[in-house]
Amino acid sequence: MELINIEGTPKTPTVTMNPTTGVVEIKGRSIPENSIEFYKPVVDWLDEYSSNPAPKTVVNVQLEYFNTSSSKCILDVFKKLEQIKLVNADVVINWYYEEDDEDMLEAGEDYESIIKVPFKMIEIVD
Amino acid sequence: MSLFLNECYTQMNQGEVIVAYKGCINADIISNTLNLIESKLDESVPNTPIRKKLYNVLVESLQNLFHHVDIPPDLDTECESNFGVFILSKVDNSFRIATGNFIKNSKAPILKEKIDKINSLSKEELKDFYKFVLNNQTFSEKGGGGLGLIDIARKTGNKLDYTFYDYSPEYSFFNMNVLINE
Repeated sequence: MELINIEGTPKTPTVTMNPTTGVVEIKGRSIPENSIEFYKPVVDWLDEYSSNPAPKTVVNVQLEYFNTSSSKCILDVFKKLEQIKLVNADVVINWYYEEDDEDMLEAGEDYESIIKVPFKMIEIVD
Repeated sequence: MSLFLNECYTQMNQGEVIVAYKGCINADIISNTLNLIESKLDESVPNTPIRKKLYNVLVESLQNLFHHVDIPPDLDTECESNFGVFILSKVDNSFRIATGNFIKNSKAPILKEKIDKINSLSKEELKDFYKFVLNNQTFSEKGGGGLGLIDIARKTGNKLDYTFYDYSPEYSFFNMNVLINE
């Protein structure tokens, strides 16, 4: 499987996915008008990765902003991670939020209550 | 036509205006507007959580104008895509986001029902409703997820104030105002 490296733009996040280390990173802003188009390669990659995942998959989500259109796609990404966990692989989602950003913390907690993958909420302190 | 719009625009125009826009709405215009507002907010809103909340609600409001708009055929506009009105202003200790767009009258009752439902829910109920729609509803053909208004209500903690102005037997002008408390 290939390594994925999507460079961020003002409306879309930087995404890196490494099949060997099992580290996935989504970082920046996710506010595109058409988020399905943006997330399709990410979801497809995870779909393929789930058939032969690394022993441990660590997903770092560090978003400054995301729109509601992205929120559905992010859920799709997390649902793929749930599948990976089902094949007895270790999966953890690190959800980063900036100090005092209660909206972003709450958004992480919403996902945590829906998705059966362990979440770690990490506050970024300046 | 323009007299009608000017009247709606005047109704929406309250407080100390930061940015006002009336015209075509497309992805580039949304990007430019967000960039402009962001640089203004960096200077004028030192409180980061409030600035982020405001920015988030702006994104949803502008993208609502992108995803859910109808254009009356007799509207005198050169827009290839959507037509909308957007005003960000400061009213007392709040920021006020007013948006306006035309909508087919046939769709108005569903929108009204949705907003009334959102306005009737408590903070906890809104959270549950958001999670339910997130987890159960598929995207509309235009790419909207049906979450925008719920998210706006949740983030602002305020009711969604709205008016439908009669335009023609088939179309209305829908105006929505939300407040973000500073």
